[in-house]
Amino acid sequence: MEETVQLQVQGLIKRFGNETVLNGISFSVHKGEVMVVLGPSGCGKSTLLRCINGLEAADGGRILLDGEPIISGGKNMIRMRQKIGMVFQSYDLFPHKNILENITLAPMKVQKRSKQEAREEAEQLLNRVGLWEKRNAFPRQLSGGQKQRVAIVRALCMHPEVMLFDEVTAALDPEMVREVLDVMLELASQGMTMIIVTHEMQFARAIADRVLFLDRGTVMEESTPEKFFSAPQTKRAQEFLNTFTFEKPNH
Amino acid sequence: MEFLAQWLDVDFMARFAPMYVKAAGVTITIAFWGILFSLIVGFLCATVQYYRIPILKQMVSVYIELSRNTPLLVQLFFLYFGLPKVGIVWSAEVCAIVGLTFLGGSYMAEAFRSGLESVEKIQMESAISLGFSPWQAMREIIFPQALAVSIPALCANVIFLIKETSVVSGIALADLMYVAKDLIGIYYQTDEALLMLVLAYLVLLLPISILATLLERRLRYAGFGH
Ligand SMILES: Nc1ncnc2c1ncn2[C@@H]1O[C@H](COP(=O)(O)OP(=O)(O)OP(=O)(O)O)[C@@H](O)[C@H]1O
Ligand SMILES: [Mg+2]
Repeated sequence: MEETVQLQVQGLIKRFGNETVLNGISFSVHKGEVMVVLGPSGCGKSTLLRCINGLEAADGGRILLDGEPIISGGKNMIRMRQKIGMVFQSYDLFPHKNILENITLAPMKVQKRSKQEAREEAEQLLNRVGLWEKRNAFPRQLSGGQKQRVAIVRALCMHPEVMLFDEVTAALDPEMVREVLDVMLELASQGMTMIIVTHEMQFARAIADRVLFLDRGTVMEESTPEKFFSAPQTKRAQEFLNTFTFEKPNH
Repeated sequence: MEFLAQWLDVDFMARFAPMYVKAAGVTITIAFWGILFSLIVGFLCATVQYYRIPILKQMVSVYIELSRNTPLLVQLFFLYFGLPKVGIVWSAEVCAIVGLTFLGGSYMAEAFRSGLESVEKIQMESAISLGFSPWQAMREIIFPQALAVSIPALCANVIFLIKETSVVSGIALADLMYVAKDLIGIYYQTDEALLMLVLAYLVLLLPISILATLLERRLRYAGFGH
């Protein structure tokens, strides 16, 4: 794997009112690396991703993509955002557009690519996630898992350098989780740089190159998945992992 | 015709039908401009509220309260009889159009606002994170969805405002209502004059009402329904 740093977060601070949600987060992600962010509910995972693509303005610290700062509301923001793809937990397809339009709208309007070229790529990508037949359907006609796969394709069609995933399977029925995770695994194998927030621990372990464990807005641990899942260093991480294991009740 | 003539003075109706046609022209003209400007004012007000622009936002709230809580006739009297006292003299037509816009603007604003508010915040965020500028996101993603939700209320407002134009007879504009009142005053042919008035409004409103229903049905069919 190439060892060029693609994304750097340095001392990131984010407050909502009096509440400090991110309290000096630092880490970096190399090109082609998959970083999985774990942590209890409310620890600031979503906020971290939202800061990275400029949906929230940071109150301190820096975020660098290819060495260039990301400043919410900054001049370069529109250009920087195209380098960052994001998929949210709630299905956020545009309900008034069909699947192809959902995917090609941004490439055409934002990147001024030709309709034909955008369509061709969209169809190829849809084919790869097994949804080519649905290209003329509307979002409401798709299942949750299908919608999330389209949302991933929509982000990919902008040729991002980094993909951010915020619990993209959390709202799905269990039988649809797999089809979405498989798409993400394939992306990882193709060398896409990704930051993934998830509650699917098996999946996290399988896909992660590195794990970032957050608690109350600070990085508690940063390690490899092998080390994190088998021998977590902090008490908080141990407690967190324990919430995912069940013991047989004694009768 | 003979059957009708037992109750109604058909000759009278035929004689004065052209007056109604002319008066319908006045009603249509005032309604057209009043509704057009109402839509513009309403859209601007709703946008100000959506973006929560300080100061302007408060001004819009005051306007909406004022507009919704005063009768149109009072607004017209103010424009037609009140403003000349401070040196502003407008023709009855202008007063009628301004008055109707003042009233309609707030109703249209509410219709647009409810549409805008129905679009989930995530829609804007995902558009933004795809690289759309805020304005592009509004135009491509937010407005079309909002409009689909607003259409039924907008149509209802259009019909409401056309009916409200009957009030402009109060400032001596020769609209349908005025002609009917006039004929009753002169000839005491109340039944005929009122019947023609009702028919005239029906002819104006029915096609619009049908069109609105069709439009709504179509939208519901296309219904993006989540
Ligand atoms: N727009 C906001 N305004 C005020 N507080 C907010 C806002 N967004 C998030 N917060 C607060 O910031 C904290 C972190 O929220 P965040 O959504 O980042 O957590 P999370 O780790 O993603 O949690 P979950 O696992 O439940 O998704 C929470 O306490 C939340 O209440
Ligand atoms: Mg979250």
